[in-house]
Amino acid sequence: MNPPLHLVLSWHDWLDLFGHYLLLSLMSVGGAISTTADMHRYLVEQHHWLTQTQFNDSIALAQAAPGPNVLFVALMGWHVGLNAGSMAAALLGVLVTLSGVLIPSTMLTYVASQWGHRNRELRAVRAFKQGMAPVVVALMMATSWILGSANRNPATDWPLWLLAFGTGLLIWRTRIHLLWVLALGALLGAFQLI
Amino acid sequence: MSLSPPAERPRPHTLTELFLAFTFLALQGFGGVLAVVQRELVERKQWLTPDEFLEDWAVAQIMPGPNVVNLALMLGARYFGVAGALAALAGMLAAPLLLLLLLVMLRARFADSVAVAGALRGMAAVAAGLIGAAGLRLTASFARSPLPAAWCVALAALGFVLVALLHCPLVYVLVGLGGLACVLTYRRLRP
Repeated sequence: MNPPLHLVLSWHDWLDLFGHYLLLSLMSVGGAISTTADMHRYLVEQHHWLTQTQFNDSIALAQAAPGPNVLFVALMGWHVGLNAGSMAAALLGVLVTLSGVLIPSTMLTYVASQWGHRNRELRAVRAFKQGMAPVVVALMMATSWILGSANRNPATDWPLWLLAFGTGLLIWRTRIHLLWVLALGALLGAFQLI
Repeated sequence: MSLSPPAERPRPHTLTELFLAFTFLALQGFGGVLAVVQRELVERKQWLTPDEFLEDWAVAQIMPGPNVVNLALMLGARYFGVAGALAALAGMLAAPLLLLLLLVMLRARFADSVAVAGALRGMAAVAAGLIGAAGLRLTASFARSPLPAAWCVALAALGFVLVALLHCPLVYVLVGLGGLACVLTYRRLRP
């Protein structure tokens, strides 16, 4: 689709990349995925460090694999490094992007949560923690809805929706281990039954 | 001065246990770890009660950064300080990162496998159901909220409509609806 990129990255470029991810980290309320539009602008449009295909692949692959979704950021770094020509550069890319996107947010969270824990008897802290519960539930249900309706074609996707709905009921009502249900979903999909 | 938790309360006893717990948890998280985190931490390990989970999740969600990573960090920090935070963070990220890099190197071989694509599709549908179930299970805490349960349900339903159906930016929902919920709760808590 896109022609492969061959980059020469200087130390200044790596620093620029690191700095940009440090900034994005502070803006990533709701997770790193909420800053993907800006990552696209920076990596694909402005610097041409990634092809469109590599950008999309990074997100899709990280979504499919186990682990926190934030790891798609590491794959972007990996691809930038590969475009610069070597496995070592790819590993450097992983280090630069992943540490960049995590250091500021984790430090901020650490300080804020320690403060909150020390002051947990304050009326305002209790109000925040207890008051947010309905919104947290809403966000989880919304995530489920958005993930489940990603393909948006009821005529062909109804078996997938049925599977998602059935899984929801099963897990809500029973104590069956999650891995069994995931394996069932994988098998049904692999044999093209859904 | 600080209240020490009851001795029989389940908790990790070593940094290794913390690291392994989060590694195991992260590796079960296909399509995101959110679906697994409530099941593992609240129902299986019982390190957190459902109410504590909701409270911590609210903080993890409102702070910048990936929310499951924030939650791991907060929990690790509570048990072992900075060392615990780092152990939990490493557990959450190290093994999945290695696996992902392995996958990206192997992927050319499976790029056009129909079976692999189908399996991923099936697992994504299951993951959607898992997250929904985790949300439904947490509604049990509405009964213990300072707010009347009906208000909680109404706030949750409104939040769902705003985010899932109307696609409002998350920041507005967190600040607007979350702010409203916090103010209502504040007024009902004893000073």
